[in-house]
Amino acid sequence: MTVAVEAIPSLGRRAVERRGFKHLARRFARNRLALVGFLLFLAIVLMALLAPWVAPASPIKTDFTAYLQPSGPRHLMGTDELGRDVFSRIIFGSRASLEAGVISVGLAIAAGLPLGIVAGFYRGRLDDLLMRVTDAMLSFPQLILALAVAAVLGPGLAKAMIAIAVVLTPVFMRIMRAQVLTEREREYVDAARALGAADRRIIWRHLLPNSLAPIVVQGSLNVAGAIITEATLSFLGLGTQPPTPSWGAMLNAAQQYLTQTPWLSFWPGLAIATTVFAVNVAGDGLREIWDPRTR
Amino acid sequence: MTLFLARRLLQMIPVLFFVSVIIFVLINLVPGDAARLFLGEEAPPDALAVLRHEMGLDRPLYVQYLRWAGGLVRGDFGHSFKDNRQVLPTLLQKVPVTAELAAWALLIAWTIAIPAGVLAAWRRRTVVDYSASAVALTGLSIPNFWLGIMLIYLFAVNLRWLPASGYVSPAQDLGRNLRTIVMPAFVLGVVLAAVVMRQLRSSMLEVLSADYVRTASAKGLGARVVLIRHALRNAVIPVITVMGIQLGTLLGGAVITESIFALPGLGRLAVESIYGRDYQMLEGVVMFSAFSILLINLIVDVVYSLIDPRIKLAGARS
Repeated sequence: MTVAVEAIPSLGRRAVERRGFKHLARRFARNRLALVGFLLFLAIVLMALLAPWVAPASPIKTDFTAYLQPSGPRHLMGTDELGRDVFSRIIFGSRASLEAGVISVGLAIAAGLPLGIVAGFYRGRLDDLLMRVTDAMLSFPQLILALAVAAVLGPGLAKAMIAIAVVLTPVFMRIMRAQVLTEREREYVDAARALGAADRRIIWRHLLPNSLAPIVVQGSLNVAGAIITEATLSFLGLGTQPPTPSWGAMLNAAQQYLTQTPWLSFWPGLAIATTVFAVNVAGDGLREIWDPRTR
Repeated sequence: MTLFLARRLLQMIPVLFFVSVIIFVLINLVPGDAARLFLGEEAPPDALAVLRHEMGLDRPLYVQYLRWAGGLVRGDFGHSFKDNRQVLPTLLQKVPVTAELAAWALLIAWTIAIPAGVLAAWRRRTVVDYSASAVALTGLSIPNFWLGIMLIYLFAVNLRWLPASGYVSPAQDLGRNLRTIVMPAFVLGVVLAAVVMRQLRSSMLEVLSADYVRTASAKGLGARVVLIRHALRNAVIPVITVMGIQLGTLLGGAVITESIFALPGLGRLAVESIYGRDYQMLEGVVMFSAFSILLINLIVDVVYSLIDPRIKLAGARS
């Protein structure tokens, strides 16, 4: 599985090179909204990486002399019920969200791609079995399955990420399998085989690079979904645990102070919505570039 | 027709089998077993052993699975770990609330999504299209629990127009029922509206470039007739096909909205059973939600075969 993860960036470059990276980048940049989304996402990533330097205060240091303060010069977004600086917690909270979004989708791709390739390339009984299992997994409502897996695994960010990855794996497996099924019938695969290429070579050099576009598109849109799911799990108390700041958990804690200090419920939600919007818009831009139907 | 139905029902069996296996495996991953959950952490070991034997927990796993699955087939979903309530009747008692919520949400979603999707496709690459698409993307990006909390603040805390939470059944008082259901239904409907609108827009774009639409315009039919009678009718088919997925979105969203607005439905039951470590109940809710999605898919297939004569039913050739 780790092999597949390492292989993705290089193969992605190859797939892109064939259609001209510059051409694609130009198409992407022409879609203003997508570009704005991508830049916004980059800014949020930077904020997460540089959190200790960007944040004005500690995200976990409590101050019982200044709890539930409204926004002001000392605390830009006010303080929470333990006197912690909300602005700093929002900045640090981006880490849990981005980690959850990127890592859970990465795990799902790492598990889904090999399974999809095996199912689509070798067919047979294993394919039948995998298809039935994914049929079953896809007939659960995504959030309810994620919730059940997270409940069984217990609370924690890592466990929430595993729960999200489990739910997303059949999605990537199905896409990869469908890609392999169509690509393996193409002439170039026959040609490669006639030249004496082994299965391994055909899979790595031909099938994977040519099947990557839909995976990247699906992956980017699923990152957005995964961020919301992590926030939802944290909101229900199953994701990131205190005192580590996470937007979902902050909303959960803020709920009981809604009548006195509504801004506590406002900022974390705005942060989630902004991040997810950025990823969705950028992902949508990718989809439009690669989807021949929208050209 | 009967042959087709029988075939489809038979096809559901392997899926249901794997659904039940997945749930069984999942619940068995829980640290500690049912006997301990039932008696609590400090139960004496001999009492635990007796209960384990009674519950069949000392038998091999496949025997446990067969007993459990056999119960499911007979409609016996087991008993709650918490208060020994029967799982299935408890579940069924919650269904009307979630069904009402989902029905309103669906209505709201389609009322927003259909005109928006049609307009966006018709006026492609104009301000109308861009703004509709941007609004849809925003709707997809707003976490429903946040939207719910914000609405509670605005309409319940601040303006005092609507109750913040609670539920009144329509049989009891229709007016108060609607007042309790409008906010959660809206919250639940927003995401779905965004999904449906995007889907409808892209299938409308496909249909609008089809020959029969051009023919319809060419023979002088008004834009409205072409759009509604010819294009929308066909464009809506792929949207209905994914009703199962829409129901999944609704059931998943119901977990959140029912928790926030304190509606006594299936979603809240799921959350409560998670908090209470009542895995038997959770098992039932998860199984039930998967089953209802499979059922909707079946119904959609059957309805298609009835309304669209072109769809040949596999195995129903006369």
